[in-house]
Amino acid sequence: MRPFTYTRAEDAAAALAAGGRFIAGGTNLLDLMKLQVETPDALVDINHVGLDAIAPEGEGLLVGALVRNADLAADPRVRRDWPLLSRAILAGASAQIRNRATTGGNLLQRTRCPYFYDLDTPCNKRQPGSGCSAQGGFNRTLAILGASEACIATFPGDMPVALAALDAEIRIDGPNGARTLPAAGFHRLPGDTPERDTNLEPGELITSVALPAPTGGRQIYRKVRDRRSFAFALVSVAADVVMDGGTIRQARVALGGVAARPWMLPEAQALLDGQPPSAALFGRFADRLLAGAKGHGENDFKIPLARRTVIAVLTEATGGDAA
Amino acid sequence: MDITLTINGERRTLPLEDPRVTLLDALRQHLDLPGTKKGCDHGQCGACTVMLNGRRINACLTLAVMHQGDEITTIEGLGTPEALSPLQAAFIRHDGFQCGYCTPGQIVSATAMLAEFREGWPSNVSNDLSAPRLDDEEIRERMSGNLCRCSCYPNIVDAIRETAESVA
Ligand SMILES: Cc1cc2nc3c(=O)[nH]c(=O)nc-3n(C[C@H](O)[C@H](O)[C@H](O)COP(=O)(O)OP(=O)(O)OC[C@H]3O[C@@H](n4cnc5c(N)ncnc54)[C@H](O)[C@@H]3O)c2cc1C
Ligand code: SF4
Ligand code: FES
Ligand code: FES
Repeated sequence: MRPFTYTRAEDAAAALAAGGRFIAGGTNLLDLMKLQVETPDALVDINHVGLDAIAPEGEGLLVGALVRNADLAADPRVRRDWPLLSRAILAGASAQIRNRATTGGNLLQRTRCPYFYDLDTPCNKRQPGSGCSAQGGFNRTLAILGASEACIATFPGDMPVALAALDAEIRIDGPNGARTLPAAGFHRLPGDTPERDTNLEPGELITSVALPAPTGGRQIYRKVRDRRSFAFALVSVAADVVMDGGTIRQARVALGGVAARPWMLPEAQALLDGQPPSAALFGRFADRLLAGAKGHGENDFKIPLARRTVIAVLTEATGGDAA
Repeated sequence: MDITLTINGERRTLPLEDPRVTLLDALRQHLDLPGTKKGCDHGQCGACTVMLNGRRINACLTLAVMHQGDEITTIEGLGTPEALSPLQAAFIRHDGFQCGYCTPGQIVSATAMLAEFREGWPSNVSNDLSAPRLDDEEIRERMSGNLCRCSCYPNIVDAIRETAESVA
């Protein structure tokens, strides 16, 4: 690790005023600091600022940015009304990491592209302008959608894919005041600035994540990976599907592991609204959602894998209620 | 900068000249508690598992300086050769190790895992999120943050299952 100063902030205002890199659980930041991929010169410890409660807000739930992933997954209200969120969190990392990792930190975890971790290779995300080693290199885990010439990295996390499908809102405070971003619009596609993963501005603090009222829909998170536990997603699907008798009233579907952000397309979802479930319908939906998908060699398999996984999840989500 | 924390029930003061020291290195190199092991140093193997205020975490992925006032439990705090904890005894009975390097982490992790289960926490393989049952599949999933290079997994699961049944 490179040398840094350490400050412990006692509240959010002090954290914002301190002017340094926030450290929450530290499970991603310290990992990257040890490799000198991240080299902050000042760390501001936000573990004691509060923002660690889960409280009702209207018919929804307000989750503090410092709530640990394990506590969020185990919260009885989340298990009952937003099981997709519990499932997505529990599908990620290990119990030890979930006990320490926070809601805010999880949203800001960085890519798992192998070259991003390797200081000896070019990587535009780590060092803008140096090139992208993954194109023509090891890219088995990388993006099939929304990538650019500059970068084909994926956002690797699970929880944020569920937050996108659940239409959650990210609440932010910062030097220029408070604002919100929809979970589905929090992460950025690389374009020609792959060094920026999200729409959070430098110095801004995530204060909480707001879950809207539960839809009462059937919620499923399915994660496909190389081993059954403690591995990142190759492809994941988060779905919240509300049925109305024999037809689909509303479906929200987000894909993980395929792009630099959870992948959702409202116009594809509109294909499902008011329709009776069928294999043909789900196939059309998957084709629309995956339109323009492009493999890079090693990861070509993700395109049919994503298609099949979407169809399987929608079949399961509509099966129980379809009669 | 000095920090004070409670380790295995004892208040300890840790002088830190540099905030870069991880909790793992502080335990092993500054506090003379080498029972907690360093495997990967990146959160991937679980050899460094300790309890922080009762919860299992990876000591390699947190800084000592962040733990002013906290309570840490290491393998040294769970039992002694004369008075083994139930899981320590079960690991011996079931041959839950070969080289033993992962074992402190396995035992601390399993101790905390059984407490999580008693609190009703679900896992990724729980069919019913609100009423999980601790079968072998659950034990394996809940212990997936602890790797064993000697692959003693079947015996580790046996030791944990037996302990879970005897304390339940
Ligand atoms: C071995 C391993 C396996 C893993 N497997 C998975 C997996 O399968 N699925 C998955 O989803 N994740 C996985 N993870 C990643 C894990 O979920 C993240 O490391 C964790 O969620 C990060 O949270 P944290 O609180 O520790 O963040 P930190 O490491 O503390 O911070 C991460 C980043 O967020 C910033 N930050 C933190 N909080 C805030 C805030 N409130 N406001 C503004 N900025 C903030 C920090 O400055 C830093 O840039 C794995 C990690 C490891 C080490
Ligand atoms: S895909 Fe992105 S993160 Fe990976 S090497 Fe290319 S620029 Fe770097
Ligand atoms: S040494 Fe900490 S998880 Fe491997
Ligand atoms: S007993 Fe050797 S690594 Fe587990």
